Amino acid sequence: MRKEIRLAGTGGQGLLKAGEILAEAAGVYENKKVIQTQSYGPEARGGASKTDIIISDEEILYPKARQVDVICCLSQKSVDAFLKDLKDTGIVIVDSFYVKRCNAKNVFPLPLSTETRQKFGRELFMNIVLLGALAEITKIVTVDSLRNALANRVPPATIETNLKALDLGVFIAQIKD
Amino acid sequence: MNIEIAEYLRLDDRFPHILCPGCGIGSAMNAMVRAISESSMNKNEICVVSGIGCSSRVPGYIDCDTFHTLHGRAIPSATGIKLARPEMEVIVIAGDGDLLAIGGNHFIHAARRNLDLTVILINNFNYGMTGGQFSPTTPQGKRGTTAPYGSVERDFNVCEMAKVAGAVFVARSTTYHTPHLKGLIKQAMKKKGFAVIEVVSQCPTLYGRLNRMGDAIKMLEYYRDNSITVTQVKEPKDAEGKIVIGVLWETEAPEYSEVYKKVIDIAQKK
Amino acid sequence: MNQRSELLSGNEATALAAIKGGVRFFGGYPITPSTEIAEIMALELPKLGGVFIQMEDEIASICAIIGASAAGMKSMTATSGPGFSLMQEGIGYAIMTEVPTVIVNVQRGGPATGLPTKVAQGDVMAARWGTHGDHPAVVLSPWSVLESFTLTVKAIEISERLRMPIILLSDEIVGHMREVVSLPDSVSVYERKKPTKSPDEYLHYADDTNYDSPIASFGEGYRIHISGLTHRKDGFPTNDPKTIAWKMDRLRNKIDQNRDWLHYSEQFDLDAETIIISYGSSARTSLEAKYEYEKKSGKKIGFLRLITLWPFHYKKLTELLKNAKRVVVVEMNQGQMIREISRAVPRGIDVTGVNRVDGELITPEEVLAAL
Repeated sequence: MRKEIRLAGTGGQGLLKAGEILAEAAGVYENKKVIQTQSYGPEARGGASKTDIIISDEEILYPKARQVDVICCLSQKSVDAFLKDLKDTGIVIVDSFYVKRCNAKNVFPLPLSTETRQKFGRELFMNIVLLGALAEITKIVTVDSLRNALANRVPPATIETNLKALDLGVFIAQIKD
Repeated sequence: MNIEIAEYLRLDDRFPHILCPGCGIGSAMNAMVRAISESSMNKNEICVVSGIGCSSRVPGYIDCDTFHTLHGRAIPSATGIKLARPEMEVIVIAGDGDLLAIGGNHFIHAARRNLDLTVILINNFNYGMTGGQFSPTTPQGKRGTTAPYGSVERDFNVCEMAKVAGAVFVARSTTYHTPHLKGLIKQAMKKKGFAVIEVVSQCPTLYGRLNRMGDAIKMLEYYRDNSITVTQVKEPKDAEGKIVIGVLWETEAPEYSEVYKKVIDIAQKK
Repeated sequence: MNQRSELLSGNEATALAAIKGGVRFFGGYPITPSTEIAEIMALELPKLGGVFIQMEDEIASICAIIGASAAGMKSMTATSGPGFSLMQEGIGYAIMTEVPTVIVNVQRGGPATGLPTKVAQGDVMAARWGTHGDHPAVVLSPWSVLESFTLTVKAIEISERLRMPIILLSDEIVGHMREVVSLPDSVSVYERKKPTKSPDEYLHYADDTNYDSPIASFGEGYRIHISGLTHRKDGFPTNDPKTIAWKMDRLRNKIDQNRDWLHYSEQFDLDAETIIISYGSSARTSLEAKYEYEKKSGKKIGFLRLITLWPFHYKKLTELLKNAKRVVVVEMNQGQMIREISRAVPRGIDVTGVNRVDGELITPEEVLAAL
């Protein structure tokens, strides 16, 4: 088993953090080999932001994604820039509010930002909502592993809300089905 | 040689020193050593730190731990020592070019931090070791070998700068007033926090000669005749054209290590 | 004695290694992509009563860590790009005065401000020759999160044993990449030997074995003099040609007498005709390319990863490459280590560089194209 996942969007959307949680879920709680890399611009907020997570049963050498299985895009710009590495059989999860065009075979447009705003009043937890949806759609990691990893990697006071965000993501993906 | 201070000097092989006849640095060193001696300090608990230049050669002659660092870097080097061994008395002695030009940024930030250091800044108005070039304290119009037509630049007021940057003790004296200088150094060492003493000093070989100020005696006489103690200054005009000596500024402020100790307490409770 | 496995970045592993390896003084200045190391030190050192200080620049940072080490505390700094340039004068000072310390350089694109958030390996020569004058250099290059940990511990130990600054030359990929590792709870820490001689007899630079020599620190009653001027055994400056030659030989001997054990490398299939040589993050690409090539062609490719970049062990390299017909050097600069490698391989052997300097990690495809 080898899966390459790319999370891309805008700086400030929390994608690097989501990547860490996903990598920890697979690496620490499911004993897979994982590697997470990132690429980002000088802006703390608003620039392009991308993180690659490779999950495998075998040692991972080259750390960047080349044959991406799953790309999650939270901005139109990231769709335009990063889709080229997608496998033929790969899937794309996009936010239906921020992404209007996406030329790929298997696209899952999900109302991530809209639902997050509705439930939490702001988009702050959209990264975690995305993880829930990603797990539900791809089954690359279990939601339980994500729960465990999340608890290690978000401020203690926000764990409750983040867990709710994770469930919301799962729910959004289920409705889609 | 005076017995009390002999104990604090590396007499066996470091003398004679390299300073020119008539140089003021020896007087400043003398005052510093007497201040240390009269404070009855254990010489194993003193570290004298310098940069590069004539003034920065002083540590080599003092019998305690001595650190002759890079040009301009005495203060950050001393910062490392003081934080690693807070129990040590760490004294920085260096010149105007070293502490104020290449080391100027370190000087103001150390003052801001208020770490417990004593800085003796020997101001002889030029770069002596490299041959008399103008420095940040050379008055505008005065000559240096790189200012053959007179310096274009304005000079720093060291003491004012130290004060606004956050030093808790700022004083000035001259190489004419060595007992006075010695007293100030004693006060500065006692003071918890960043303490600065500017020592107005003669460089008869270069700055004095280039600016036709006469020999060392003439220059010292000038300091004698043109200095005024801070208590004698009743209104600003009293200080005009004078070297104001004495404690120019003293205040209390939390010292860096003390504040850092609180950081340790918070971190260890968590 | 393994802890549970955890997801860490290379920079995080470096910081944790420094703490476990006994570093109790960190002076630094924020700069991408090394800053996480300073942030962790700021968080963790106070818990152990250690000192973290953010200095006003990298010049001050290196001077502060040298001062702290001269006063007996294990010290470290971390920087990148322009900050590494600013530290060069201080690195030379630490070499001359023989003060142990560790400088971590998480490489980014240069020259100048260059590419703060992107990877490069352009500081290989700056790490060797950045400071002026003849001098020894020990530079270690990690390729993984685990090695960021182990080599940091190693760097601290070597710095103490050889009394000199050691450079850990990481890069943006290795520094920011996260992997799952199980770090040991504790590591063996080399404690600086104290002099046994009395202060009157002690000479700060007397021990010519240059290895594990006793060192007096400030504040221990030895009243030492440390100067960046070329000095005698007692630390005081000299202009005597014989004494100057002694000091320069002494510095060179640190490497000449220890070159063998200072050489760390990893190698597979060196009996193959073509050998890929690489280091740091580009070595990950290289080994991936080796496996992919072998899968496709069924032909073996050799792989040599340099862990110690400096000192460069020419003899050892010549020996390791004795069967090679062709050598491919993969590095993210315009060709730095390839010059040293070319000097180590016998004449007539083709040495090809695979290089990339656009801020992106070199890809297996690029390496495969050169095989």
